[in-house]
Amino acid sequence: MKLPMILSTAFITLAMASTAAAEKVKIGIAAEPYPPFASMDSSGKWSGWEVEMIDAVCAAAKLECELTPTAWDGIIPSLTGKQIDVIMASMSITEERSKTIDFTDKYYSSPAVIVADKSMKITPDKEGLKGKILGIQASTTHAAYAQKHFADDAELKSYQTQDEANQDLIAGRVDAIQADAIAMSDFVGSDAGKCCEIKGQVPDDESVLGKGIGAGVRKGDDDLREKLNAAIAAVVEDGTHKKITDKYFTVDIY
Amino acid sequence: MSGLKEWLLPHRIVMLLLAVALVVWCAMNLRWDWIPKYTPLAVEGIWRTIWLLVVSIFLGFMLAVPLGFAQAVGPWYLAAPAKTFCTIIRGTPLLLQIWLLYYGLGSIFPLFPEIRNSELWPYLRQAWPYAVLALTLSYAGYEGEVMRGAFRSVAKGQLETAKAFGMSRFTLFRRIWLPQAIRNVLPTLGGETILQLKATPLVATITIIDIYAVSSRVRQDTFIIYEPLLLLAVIYLMIAGMITLGFKWLENRGPQKRGSV
Amino acid sequence: MESLELLSFSPPGWGGNLLRGLLHSLQIALGAFGFGLLIGLFGAYGKLNGGPILRDVLSIYTTVVRAVPELVLILILYYVGTDIINQASSALGYGRVEINGVAAGIWGLGIVQGAYATEVLRGAILAVPSGQIESGRAFGMPPFMLMRRITIPAMLSFALPGLANLWLIATKDTALLAVVGFSELTLETRQAATATRSYFTFFLAAGALYLMVTLISGFIFKRLENHARRGQLDLKGSG
Repeated sequence: MKLPMILSTAFITLAMASTAAAEKVKIGIAAEPYPPFASMDSSGKWSGWEVEMIDAVCAAAKLECELTPTAWDGIIPSLTGKQIDVIMASMSITEERSKTIDFTDKYYSSPAVIVADKSMKITPDKEGLKGKILGIQASTTHAAYAQKHFADDAELKSYQTQDEANQDLIAGRVDAIQADAIAMSDFVGSDAGKCCEIKGQVPDDESVLGKGIGAGVRKGDDDLREKLNAAIAAVVEDGTHKKITDKYFTVDIY
Repeated sequence: MSGLKEWLLPHRIVMLLLAVALVVWCAMNLRWDWIPKYTPLAVEGIWRTIWLLVVSIFLGFMLAVPLGFAQAVGPWYLAAPAKTFCTIIRGTPLLLQIWLLYYGLGSIFPLFPEIRNSELWPYLRQAWPYAVLALTLSYAGYEGEVMRGAFRSVAKGQLETAKAFGMSRFTLFRRIWLPQAIRNVLPTLGGETILQLKATPLVATITIIDIYAVSSRVRQDTFIIYEPLLLLAVIYLMIAGMITLGFKWLENRGPQKRGSV
Repeated sequence: MESLELLSFSPPGWGGNLLRGLLHSLQIALGAFGFGLLIGLFGAYGKLNGGPILRDVLSIYTTVVRAVPELVLILILYYVGTDIINQASSALGYGRVEINGVAAGIWGLGIVQGAYATEVLRGAILAVPSGQIESGRAFGMPPFMLMRRITIPAMLSFALPGLANLWLIATKDTALLAVVGFSELTLETRQAATATRSYFTFFLAAGALYLMVTLISGFIFKRLENHARRGQLDLKGSG
């Protein structure tokens, strides 16, 4: 009786080990483009600052990574449901999210700004937004911030993707949008966003806006988290972070 | 077998008990702590869903009657456009129609800055006019087809008798043809109304806060996966149940014997 | 013309992406339609010949699916399905099982289609003249052979209009998967439109593609219906 048990246990362990070793790490990115961090060209290839960071971090951690585009508003359930192993989709480290998932150290930070048409005189605070229509992307720290601070003064419109919010800003359906400074400076600098400009940063609220952008892993997946932390530190230290940043931006975004 | 007796059969009693047990288990073991916080928003969402449903069905039906009539008896220059309209609406997904109207039109606004000063601008800015328009056109497209069959299904004898009585064409339409056509397809219209209810969640993708959008918001804020979706399904079941009961009442109001002349 | 360039088949034109999305949509629609037919067959037989419990369970199934929006059902089924598969595979010791969008779409849409197919097939089977089934039984045919040789061919002519409708519903419902994030024609259209800012061009192109599918399907189903109806009296001209 004992021998078959030992053999089957050994077999299963070997099978598990071999599947584990052969397993790629699935890095979840948002399926919706988010320039300049991640965007897709017509051949289906993803490129951008975050995509290059993912490659660099995976190389430093010696992991075989596979980019897995996932719908943004289902990305955390995808992680907890094991469809993906890591979230690297410009997700801010917040207390609320930390109740459900664990975060690595940050790999960049981006303050929250208000963007509006050049002709509009809007200051990035409650008084400036009084009576205005504010567009935000759902499931983001900006949505949480706007719901907490601006809900009484402005009318909030919630979009599935950042790009839809940008689109309605250009169309004039919303008076202003709140989003990441870096993505927004890319937007107002682009041809489509030439109508608009950044009006300034919103008053900080770390409990909602979080402390930087980190990679998300499942709760208790400490092994992977440590590997990624070490890799992020290595990438920052050896200058790869700066090298990638210089390709896209003029300032350091760490 | 009377209605109540059917429910007292042994296997039904067992199933009912099982269902009650399931509901109680769910109430005790799943996370429902988010409900108090989001109840006002949920009520607003349900109201918006029902409002969109009623308005789009009312307007859509008014559009469907001429569409159906034109196809049933109209000359070719009326029937052909009606048929084309219905074919296009029924041949493309509603989601595509909604996005085409909202984002497609939205993308041409910047090209015409004068629009922002016009009277219509407050309505063009908001999302609900587009939702009402898309849902109305969609309902009209499908019901136009249904009404076409309905108008043809009215027994010829009825129309001939009315003509023999000297009714004008409009009176004939108003008092004989249309009511009989509607009565013939009332069950189908009930089903189509429920289909329209099932179409309403799509407006959440153009920023309208209907009950589906509220459920999405709860899931996004709390990261709870199942409970909001389950409650959402129950809410839709209840609304659908009320619609079905409403149509059954409407059906019973009319004369039960179908005209056979 | 700029619009035509955008639609070209190879990069940087997005036409190829739209066609790839269309292919995914058709794959999912076909799979869901087939899966739904299978469920519908069992459901119809269950409702007609099954015991009271089976009939009640099937009634609950069809009622829930016909009252709850597909979007909600697809979401619930997706999470339930992936949960079950992950738990089963981790209990068995395998690693994570990959569930791609096409499979998840077929699973969710198929269950929705199954409820409608149950009703269509049930009505069609009821419409088969009972004499045909009785003669089959009198010949001593086993039930499976009866179903295969007599019931299914006979009910096809009654079922085809309903099934044609279901197929069209399947192709259009694949658009809902765009809201969940699975790659199919509507999602590809939105991505192309966002990347190039030419919303009208791409949404109209996608509409044209869907319309083509609808018209071609209508044509094929009409031929199928005529073939299934061969030998039956023509209803035209009788009233």
